[in-house]
Amino acid sequence: MKILVCISHVPDTTAKISFVDGNKTYNKEGQQFIIGPNEELALTRAIEIAEAQAGSTITALTVGGAEVEPTLRKALAMGASDAIRIDSTPKDAMNVARQIAELAKIQNYDVILTGREAIDYNGGQVGEMIAELLGVDSVSGATEMQLESAKALVTREIDGGLEVVELQYPAVITGQKGIAKEPKIPAMRGIMMARTKPLLVQAPIALDDATEVLEHSLPKAKGACKMIPADQVDELVRLLHEEAKII
Amino acid sequence: MSVLVYTENWDNQFKKLSFELVSYASSVAKQLNTNVVALSIGALSQEQLASLSQYGADKVLSLENPDFKTFNALQYAKAITEAAQQEKAEVLVFANNISTRAVAPRVAVKLDAGFVSGCVSLPESISPFVVTKKAFSGKAMAKVQINKGLKILSLNQNAFGLIPNAKPFVSETFNSTLATSNAKLLETRKSSGKMSVLDAEILVSGGRGLKKAENFALLEQASDIFGATATVACTKPVADLEWRPHSEHVGQTGKVVAPNLYFAVGISGAIQHLAGITSSKVIVAINTDKDAPIFEAADYGIIGDALEVMPKLNESLKTFKSKS
Repeated sequence: MKILVCISHVPDTTAKISFVDGNKTYNKEGQQFIIGPNEELALTRAIEIAEAQAGSTITALTVGGAEVEPTLRKALAMGASDAIRIDSTPKDAMNVARQIAELAKIQNYDVILTGREAIDYNGGQVGEMIAELLGVDSVSGATEMQLESAKALVTREIDGGLEVVELQYPAVITGQKGIAKEPKIPAMRGIMMARTKPLLVQAPIALDDATEVLEHSLPKAKGACKMIPADQVDELVRLLHEEAKII
Repeated sequence: MSVLVYTENWDNQFKKLSFELVSYASSVAKQLNTNVVALSIGALSQEQLASLSQYGADKVLSLENPDFKTFNALQYAKAITEAAQQEKAEVLVFANNISTRAVAPRVAVKLDAGFVSGCVSLPESISPFVVTKKAFSGKAMAKVQINKGLKILSLNQNAFGLIPNAKPFVSETFNSTLATSNAKLLETRKSSGKMSVLDAEILVSGGRGLKKAENFALLEQASDIFGATATVACTKPVADLEWRPHSEHVGQTGKVVAPNLYFAVGISGAIQHLAGITSSKVIVAINTDKDAPIFEAADYGIIGDALEVMPKLNESLKTFKSKS
């Protein structure tokens, strides 16, 4: 099994968000960057599967500048066999997807995994775009995944339930919470080995961005919270009805 | 020229989200001075299809070919693309929800369109085309410019609301053929028929402050008192402890919700949880710790033990409901 896991390099989930450069750019100052939580789980599941199937390889890939390399090294430490960084800083999901599809066309991966969405721009577009560019089937939002020798069995969340879908290879699967129980924490041995695993830097193809972020803003601050004594719940109900007019 | 809106159905019924999408598409069409065409895939009644014209659809395209009975991202994307081409759509509108998230990116590739997902308002300008979306899981907004002639927007649920705008009902059948796909749907498991946390107008959500799974009965009771538009939700730790199903997990890696009323019961308000609830209209927090960050996000707060406050609150809500 030859698996490609596309990971995003994103601010830690606990990061307080701020912007610089006239609100155009995310303020990276002092921020910790991580593998996006959805991709981290997808990678964890891929590693579990590859460990049980001799001869499997997992390539971790990110599209980004040199600053994303520690994130790829973490993927190697978790258990990916090798890593690729496509050396480009795109503004748009379509651009990212085209960069990855270009490489995947040559590499013949059986399965391409991404996360349900990256937690910075929450686009949720790249995985399905890769599938379309390659003309292959896909399942998005997988909460369980079995990769058998001839087919994949994937459970995905739908509105009001779950669906189990069978896919032939090659296929694209975007994972979310549930696909693995807990993200794998690299062991010391894995961290040592990661230093010598191959990390290939690939030149990007020239593309325009279909979309671009002009500026950011932060949500309006809430007014002060109105406190109600714990023994006066009737007052809360009255306020929700008469003041907030919500019930 | 037109604005094409893909209106998904659930067991051959539209829901509030469908009408919100048509309302949004209709307002975008007004900005562009063009028509709204709604595309439905499935065997829906004329009455259901006609309901879309109540929110501004000038025409309803209905794809009733039984080959399309089962959702398949690759096949649905082909049909939607063909409809967009037939109607010379310049803007396509989708819901930013589970199933259309699988389809819209494919349509964007097919049409070489610029795609902004998670829009929260109408385009602020149409030339250049600029629209605002949620980013950083609700912690920020981003103003995005689309540089392509064809634009795709996906709208966050409850971000826009309903705008009734009755038009004469005009429908047309639409047909397409299946693209080759090797994906097979093996099984569908419906959850108990309860409302999804995304559709609920009132969410009664619990955190570790509830202390054990059984105590969520207190939240179930509150939800039952509010009725069919309410349901129970939870935090990530609660889903991880398997006190509640993952489908109810609200937050950065779960669902991002936008109800009218959100009760945060025994929830401290970790930043990852707050990210999922900031679009709620009114937030009520009940927590023992007066310094818990949830009170910074809340409109109304009670400092107290959820297990003591909730029974009293349920009684009070019952009395209120019986009077109203």
